Order: sequence, then C-alpha cells, then structure tokens
Amino acid sequence: MPEENTLLLEVKNLKKYFDLRSGFFYSKSSSSVKAVDDISFFIKKGETFGLVGESGCGKSTTARLILRLIKPTSGEINYKGNDLVKIKNSQMLKYRKEIQIIFQDPYASLSPRMTIGDIVNEPLEIHRIGDKNSRIKRIKEFLRTVGLNPEHINRYPHEFSGGQRQRVGIARALVLQPELIICDEPVSALDVSVQAQILNLMLDLQEEFNLTYLFIAHDLSVVKYVSSRIGVMYLGKIVEVAPAEELYINPLHPYTMGLLSAIPIPDPKLERERQRIILPGDVPSPIDPPSGCRFHPRCPNAQEICSREEPVLKNYNKDGKEHLAACFFAGKPI
Amino acid sequence: MTENNILLDIKDLRTYFYTDAGVVKAVDGVSFDLKKGETLGIVGETGSGKSITALTILGLIQVPPGKVVSGKIDFEGRDLLKVKQKNLQRYRGNRISMIFQDPMTSLNPVFTIGNQIMEAILAHQKITKKQAYNKALELLDMVGMPDIKKRMKSYPHEFSGGMRQRAMIAMAIANSPSILIADEPTTALDVTIQAQILELVDELKKKTDSSVILITHDLGVIAKYAERVLVMYAGKPVEFANVNDIFYKPFHPYTMGLIGSVAKLNEEKKERLKPIKGAPPSLIDLPKGCTFAQRCKYALDSCRLSYPPSIEIEEGHFVSCFRSKEFQSESIQRI
Repeated sequence: MPEENTLLLEVKNLKKYFDLRSGFFYSKSSSSVKAVDDISFFIKKGETFGLVGESGCGKSTTARLILRLIKPTSGEINYKGNDLVKIKNSQMLKYRKEIQIIFQDPYASLSPRMTIGDIVNEPLEIHRIGDKNSRIKRIKEFLRTVGLNPEHINRYPHEFSGGQRQRVGIARALVLQPELIICDEPVSALDVSVQAQILNLMLDLQEEFNLTYLFIAHDLSVVKYVSSRIGVMYLGKIVEVAPAEELYINPLHPYTMGLLSAIPIPDPKLERERQRIILPGDVPSPIDPPSGCRFHPRCPNAQEICSREEPVLKNYNKDGKEHLAACFFAGKPI
Repeated sequence: MTENNILLDIKDLRTYFYTDAGVVKAVDGVSFDLKKGETLGIVGETGSGKSITALTILGLIQVPPGKVVSGKIDFEGRDLLKVKQKNLQRYRGNRISMIFQDPMTSLNPVFTIGNQIMEAILAHQKITKKQAYNKALELLDMVGMPDIKKRMKSYPHEFSGGMRQRAMIAMAIANSPSILIADEPTTALDVTIQAQILELVDELKKKTDSSVILITHDLGVIAKYAERVLVMYAGKPVEFANVNDIFYKPFHPYTMGLIGSVAKLNEEKKERLKPIKGAPPSLIDLPKGCTFAQRCKYALDSCRLSYPPSIEIEEGHFVSCFRSKEFQSESIQRI
C-alpha cells in the first residue's frame, strides 16, 4: 500500500464524561458516566484499525467523538495534523467530507421516505458537489460500485434486504470519496452469509479507493478478518493494542486472553480440545468504575497493586511493531 | 441406536401462517429426533424457521394466523400435536421448557424474580409456598446467582443481562424438564457473559441428564456444544448429521456456504471469506423447486423443477440436495 507510514489520525488522551443529573428543576450534576476515559491511538493512511470491546466499553462514543457529533470533555483528535477538537463548527464541514461513517443498523440509518438515490445524493448536496446531471451519473456509478443495480435509484429502502441496505449506507459514505471511513458495527445486524458479502466488499473498496478504516465491532473474529491493527477496549479504556495476528497469537492483557478464549471457533475438533478460560462476573458500571485497574475484579491474575494503581499502556515489543498493554502482569497466562 | 433412546421424534412438521399477504410457510417439512442426554443444535439464518419449530413443539403457535398443517411430535408415547391445549400445560414448562432469546422481555417487570420462579414451581408441583421458596433459592444457587436471598426480592430491571438469563434458566429447570429448548440464549449478551451462560446450560444438562435443543445462528456455539446438528434454510431442513460431518463433510451447498462465510479467529493466513451470493427468499413467495437453487453455485436447471427429497446419504446423515451424491463421490469439485 502506498504512503504506508503517513499518520492520518491521532487521538490523544481523549475523554468523554456524560454528566448524570439528579433532580428535576434544580438539577446538579452528581456523577458522570466515564464513557471514554483517556484513550490514545493512531491510524495510518491505508490501514484498518479495529476497535473491539463489549457493550458499554466506549467504542461507539469514540466514533462519534472523532466525527465531532459530540464534544469531548478533553483531549486531542489530530486529523492530518489539525486538531478537530479546536476547530470551529463552520470548518468541521470540510473535514466531515473526508471522514465518513457507516452505521450499524441499516434499517434505522436510512430514511424510509427518501429514495436510495436521494439518500446517496444528500452528501453531494450538502457539500455542493456537481450539478444535477453529474450527480446522478456519480450516484449511479457508486451504486454499481457497491453492487447495487443503478436502475434501482428511485426505489425506497424498504424494497431492499438488510445486506442491500447496508450497501446503500456504504455508497452514501463513499460518494464523497472520503479518506477515512468509520465503520460502527457495520455487519452485526446482518445474517452470516450476508456479513461475508459486506466484509469482502469493504476490503475491495479499501483497495480500490485507498481508504482508511476505523472498524468498530464487538465480534473479534470479524475485526481480526478486516484489521491490520486492533485496539481492545474495556470500560472506557484501551487495554491492549497490537497487530491483528500478534494479538491473537500472543495476547498480553488478561482481558484480551479471556475475550479470545470466550469466542467459540467454528471447528468442532479444535473447539472441544481447547482449554477455555471463562471470565467470572459482569462488566462493572462505567458510572463507578473499580479503582486501580478497571479489570481487576474479574481478573484471575489480580494482585493487591491492581486495585490500588492504574496500569498504563506500555510497549512490550522491541522490534518495531508496537504491542501495547496496560497490565502490571502483562503476558502472564491466566 | 435403540428406539427407546429417542426422547422426541418429530416427523414432517409444517407450521404455516395465513396472512393477508399470503401463506408464510415458516416451517415446512421438518423431521428430526432427539436422543436422551444429547445436545441437538438447530442452525440457520433469520427466518429459517428455527424458532417457529421450537414454538410448535411447545404448542405456542397463535391460531390464527398460525396453523400446524401437518406432522407428528412424539414425546413420551404421545403425539403432542393431538394433546388439547389445556392438557399441554402438563408438558409445557414441566417436561419441556424453554429459555428465550431476550431475557429483558421474557421476564415480567412487575414481579420479583423469586415470585416468578415460585410461580413456575407451584404451577406444576403440589408443594407449599414455603417449600417452593426454598426450592427457588436452591435453583438460584444452582445457576450461580450470588446473594440469593436478596436476589429473590429483586425485580428484573435490577439485574444485568447475564443475571436475567440465569434467572430465566432457573425458571426453566424448576421442574426438572427432560427437554430444555434454548432459543438463541446468548445472542443478546456480551461474549464473555455468553461463555458463562452456555457453560452453565451445558453443566446443568449433564447434572440433570436432560436433553437440550440449542437454537442459534452462531456456528462457533454449535461446534462447541452440539452433538448433532440440523441445518435449516427457508423453513426446510437441508441437512442433518453429527457435528463433525456438518463441519468437515457437509453435502449440502448451503451448509458449505455457511461455513465458508464465517470469519475464523484461528485462521493465520488471511483467506478471503466465501459468501453465499444473494439473500434468503421471501417465505411467502418461495421459488419453485429447491429453495436454495437461486443462490447455489452448483444449481442445475433440474434443481428448479422440484424440491429434492431428504436422503440418508450415510448412516445418520440426511441431506436434501439433488447433487449430494456427486459431492460424496467427489465427481464435482467443491468451490
């Protein structure tokens, strides 16, 4: 891939706290949900960075923060060297043209009252690109690119299956020819046989248009299939970042180990021989996260220090390929 | 295989729904048997008829619009389809019980967990309330609920998703059923919690020597827990065999396609996924002939004329495909 080493997006110490207000009239903020709590990561041009974690870990909040659909509590989002947190709203439009998003639910993210042509046209209209005829040409071209029949330009979303609707969502994101596409659980609402179609389409498009993806999902098998590097989130924190293959072969954080072990592999002989570790307990509430390392109440390796101090991300790989983990006992088997 | 080893025997089950738009053939000719102590997996995509099969077994199909058009469900010497609704209560939640997909909507929000479990017990057992209370405590303990005395008095909204599902399981096993039907029991849960719940179901199955029908779309879960697997597509059973044959020696192109579609965590080389083209057909307007033909890489013109009968291609391995023999003799290349 060209420009392999250019940094496209760099997120630094990003935080988002949602205030919880108690009382109706004289509301005062009493506590907050620490949805994203001091995360940092970077994405290079042309790569796919996967963000994986369970519900409530802050994956989707991160996506919304990068597009500045919500304002962060603090931190930096450097896109091509410009901090998106600091720029004015009026300027943000320019960046939104380059950063697009594909949503999880193709049933809820397409307006039922617009034809798919209108849906794909809307970004072009907002960004004042081309005239009517050139737009129609472009819309048809992109519908074909994502595997839809351009003749169907005047049909409504309800006339399409889930997989086809997700293709419309992809065409809408693609039509502005963005650099970075944030994919927030793009296949989790789809059936398995259709998931594979969409994943392959996304890989093909990445090659064709030299796209960079931030791929957010809860399904580690899917994330591993598309990503070059993966970040694992737990309760608002990134606990491990590694190249996809490395993360699977050599997980360092006990949560990653537990997550990998919990996913059953569709291979009966292998699956029945495999030693599984079942993580105990539930994910704690992000309103009142555990002290020290947030994972310590569920961690089989936890020691006294884990509830007292918070581990920071450290690099454990010395030969260039960064492998970060935030654990005092990183690499210790569980 | 001896006859009396078979706990549940289902033959040619057909459940149709008569809607304004047309007849929905939700379950169309499903046959399988369930052995004592086994876990049988039913796998298929949305709308393949997995859940309706389960609901039909329990007699929970709403009439109208639904109707069981034909079939036999033999259980403990009786055809459940011939048992009157009133008498079905004796089986439902007692001999056969069910764990539903979504623990948020299948528990009653206005009653405490203890109340709901005791209700399940008292509906079938002639014991006092006090005894039922103690039994409920015991059950909650069995499903790994912490702090059981306090939890008895809690309402469903005070529980996490995983804990709710544990409560549901406690209810389902309250009367020591011989068959437990788990319909996507973990789809609404996070992966680490999913592992806990599935292990629990498996453990309880072994402890109580009951049989489990595990309905899921997750091939990983099937690979881990099922001994035999029924693959369903558009209301029809397309393949039925033991788990190893389904994964390593499938004879139906849909089964092959399904296995080729899933991303495998253990694959080192990035092998491209092989999706099945197109989308499942509408159950109202099923294509003539084999319902999978329009998506099938191996379909011949003759596949579109009539539906292939189910044949026993190898002992205990049933498949509905005209070309299955060719796959067996390897005279066609699997692509």
